[in-house]
Amino acid sequence: MSPPEIKEAILDILESIAPDEDVTNVKDDVPLREQLELDSMDFLDIVMELRKRYRVQIPEDDYVQLATINSTVEYLAPLMKDLQKA
Amino acid sequence: MPKDFLQGARDHYDCIVIGSGLAGLTAANTLARTGQSVLLLEQHYKLGGMATWFKRPGGHIFDISLHGFPVGMIKSCRRYWTQEIADSIVQLKNIRFDNPMFSLTTTFNREDFTRLLVEKFQVSAERVQAFFDTARGMNFYDDQSTTAGELFERFFPGREDIIRLLMEPITYANGSTLEDPAISYGIVFSNFMSKGVFTFEGGTDRLIHLMHEELLRSGVDVRIKCDVQRILVNRGRVAGVQVNGRTIGARAVISNANLKSTVLKMIGPEHFDRSFLDEAEAVRLNNSSCQVYMALRPGEMLDESLGDLLFSSTAPLFRTDLLLSRDVTSRTYSFYYPRTRPGSDRCLVVSSTNARYEDWAGLSDEAYEDSKRDLVESTLEALGRYIPDIRQKLDHAEASTPRTFRHYTRHLQGASFGTKFEGLAVSRALPEQIAGLYHAGSVGIIMSGWLGAMNYGVIVANDVDSWLMKSNRQTPLATAT
Ligand SMILES: Cc1cc2nc3c(=O)[nH]c(=O)nc-3n(C[C@H](O)[C@H](O)[C@H](O)COP(=O)(O)OP(=O)(O)OC[C@H]3O[C@@H](n4cnc5c(N)ncnc54)[C@H](O)[C@@H]3O)c2cc1C
Repeated sequence: MSPPEIKEAILDILESIAPDEDVTNVKDDVPLREQLELDSMDFLDIVMELRKRYRVQIPEDDYVQLATINSTVEYLAPLMKDLQKA
Repeated sequence: MPKDFLQGARDHYDCIVIGSGLAGLTAANTLARTGQSVLLLEQHYKLGGMATWFKRPGGHIFDISLHGFPVGMIKSCRRYWTQEIADSIVQLKNIRFDNPMFSLTTTFNREDFTRLLVEKFQVSAERVQAFFDTARGMNFYDDQSTTAGELFERFFPGREDIIRLLMEPITYANGSTLEDPAISYGIVFSNFMSKGVFTFEGGTDRLIHLMHEELLRSGVDVRIKCDVQRILVNRGRVAGVQVNGRTIGARAVISNANLKSTVLKMIGPEHFDRSFLDEAEAVRLNNSSCQVYMALRPGEMLDESLGDLLFSSTAPLFRTDLLLSRDVTSRTYSFYYPRTRPGSDRCLVVSSTNARYEDWAGLSDEAYEDSKRDLVESTLEALGRYIPDIRQKLDHAEASTPRTFRHYTRHLQGASFGTKFEGLAVSRALPEQIAGLYHAGSVGIIMSGWLGAMNYGVIVANDVDSWLMKSNRQTPLATAT
């Protein structure tokens, strides 16, 4: 998957996690926590969805990498580059 | 021949979950949704653990632990269960306190507590805000040496009345005391006391019924009356369980049973490091409860001005040790109106007090029955203050004690709220001792209560799913099949 495809995948997951929020306006370089009402269970759900949908494993120590859309895409790019778009 | 409750069960699963409390149920459902094969084993004939109910002749249904939970349940139920379950959660708007220091009614949220503290308790708005912000900002990594008592002393020095207002509900909700770490208070407080108290419309029976249906849809193999005797370990790895005379294999096991009985009884000390065992043995259990269940005659109504939840006490001061005494001075009443179970014509009252197992364990059968009768009588007496004609309206009354909780949930000492703070670290460290073995259930105050138990079930299901995926890669056998 290419970085834009990965970004799309993340937005798709965010949409399922926060159905009441409009994720299309989320800024790529601002922490997600500051834009959406996300708590630690929400981040856990992102991790679980990524594993379920794409079989990528994110160790607990790396959860901090999921702060912004940009940092998430950057972190996931090497892990997901060989995957086909779902 | 006795019925075989494991008829048709397979010989091997990806994961076996022992116990169907809210943590076990939610862990099982979450894992099954990720595609793992899951067997759920419950020793009782009902699912739910302490999230339970019982029926009595005349059509009365009593809820045991449905006094109230935080708003976060809506999100967790939608996410980890179903929209229908989430949609049945409604707010309880009349929470009352009545004690020699003050009497008041609140909607139990940050705005209303702020209003009360400023108007009634004469504290400055800045101070109240600073307290709320501090409690809210607390997290796991903060220092654990500050106690809840010291936290109050810092913001409201000498104000026993304020401590009572802010602490009494939490003490009832999870048995915590002023000596417990401030952070566990802070985390529970900011969850529980900032956005109101909620309940489940239709009662616990409906909730558990809906959960059971969803488990089956997710593909969980659900079995009741299956008392797990042992968790089997082979060369440092979990291998399966022994249950109802059968051995069933699994790559992972999640125990929702009491943390200490999991470590010390179901697995056995020989499989652990000495230092881990010392820590597990040192974990303190939380206290237990007594309850009195009172049902009014069909059609007899209670005035809704009684409130939904009433923290009532005749003790002049608030002392957590007094709350455990058998010489009861403080009770929490839940008043259930017909709206609890839409369509019903019943009003019920459940009175709860915190209690110590030791005070009830040693009684002879006769003394035990006498004490239970006393408990019912003294509760009716106390309730007369709020409902003068309670005895005329009454159809049925009975009591439960720490012995009852111990009997139905197998919790050591009938612990109502799992373990104290230190239990969390032991629970989390279990898989480092035995690969594939996990614990999910009320620990450390933070992870207890309906919401805490559910969310902890999800946290552990995530660990297990991750571990199953990793261990799958490492075992050539599994990949070959
Ligand atoms: C009187 C009372 C009132 C409460 N009120 C509230 C409230 O108003 N709001 C709130 O949020 N919380 C309340 N709680 C707390 C809440 O009910 C619990 O924290 C929560 O339900 C615990 O869930 P759990 O998953 O930890 O496990 P539990 O409910 O303890 O379930 C453990 C399960 O494991 C099973 N089990 C144990 N050993 C075995 C074995 N060997 N084999 C098979 N199965 C086994 C047990 O039978 C049980 O079903 C209350 C608790 C009590 C006692």
